[in-house]
Amino acid sequence: MSSTEEQVKKIVMDHLGIGEDKISLSSKFIDDLGADSLDTVELVMAFEEKFGIEIPDDAAETILTVQNAVDFIDNKK
Amino acid sequence: MNNKKVLITGASGGIGKSLCEKFIESNAIIICTSSDVEKLNNLKNLYGSDHHYYLLNFTDKNSISDSVKQISEDHDDIDSLINNAGTTSDNLFLRMKDEQWYDVIDINLNSNYYIIKGILPNMIKKKEGNIIGITSVVAFTGNAGQSNYSASKSAIIAMYKSIALEVARRNIRVNTIAPGFIKTSMTDELNDIQKDTIMEKIPMKKFGEPNDVANLALFLSSKSSSYITGQTFHINGGMFMV
Repeated sequence: MSSTEEQVKKIVMDHLGIGEDKISLSSKFIDDLGADSLDTVELVMAFEEKFGIEIPDDAAETILTVQNAVDFIDNKK
Repeated sequence: MNNKKVLITGASGGIGKSLCEKFIESNAIIICTSSDVEKLNNLKNLYGSDHHYYLLNFTDKNSISDSVKQISEDHDDIDSLINNAGTTSDNLFLRMKDEQWYDVIDINLNSNYYIIKGILPNMIKKKEGNIIGITSVVAFTGNAGQSNYSASKSAIIAMYKSIALEVARRNIRVNTIAPGFIKTSMTDELNDIQKDTIMEKIPMKKFGEPNDVANLALFLSSKSSSYITGQTFHINGGMFMV
């Protein structure tokens, strides 16, 4: 089973159609990876589905980078 | 519409029934909602167990989110959502009771907020879907005695345009239908003098049939309208031309 980081990166890469070389833990979804605001909503939905967790709206708004997502998910597990 | 799933609110009303029948005729699976248990049971007897039925009362804020959540969990593959539920509670603005104002805003406008919020995430996941709101000609013309109703119907249009902009890239289309005077229980309440006054303003000299609205909704739900979003369609015998 791959790490949270690998799984999060895979979701983000698939969703935004970007290559592995473009993404790092510090990548910001909107500023660095070209996501629009609805993409970020979709990413949160994809994380919820993949990891079987619920991410409330106020928490979702603080998930701006790959690292933020990994931290949130690891804390929830 | 073969086996496509269509959620229709206010399914037991005049236009609602016509929508149900039209989509069933087109081989869709319909999910009906009504705020009245008895009317919902009547629909069940009429359309049978191939289709689905939910009690949904838009004036009960405590239950509405849960009810909508239940629908979206039971059916994560809704193709079309038709927000048709609506009510009137007419009064001159200066005579209007708070209750009349809020009930009409809750049932006609806020219902759209709750139901779209519940159903849209699955459409976004599928990257496909469409949402149709039933508004009214009075959203454009105003109508004495209907400040609450016309405000709610006008608000839907702006709301739908904004949502249309947000989800267009996800292949989700969002449109509204603005009927004029259609023969339903809502317009049956008018007396003959009122009907004659309205008729004078209708160039086609007849009221519309619920089926006229259903035909348009079917078109807007189908692939035939795949490049149409953010629009309002008037269906009023010419009484109001944009």
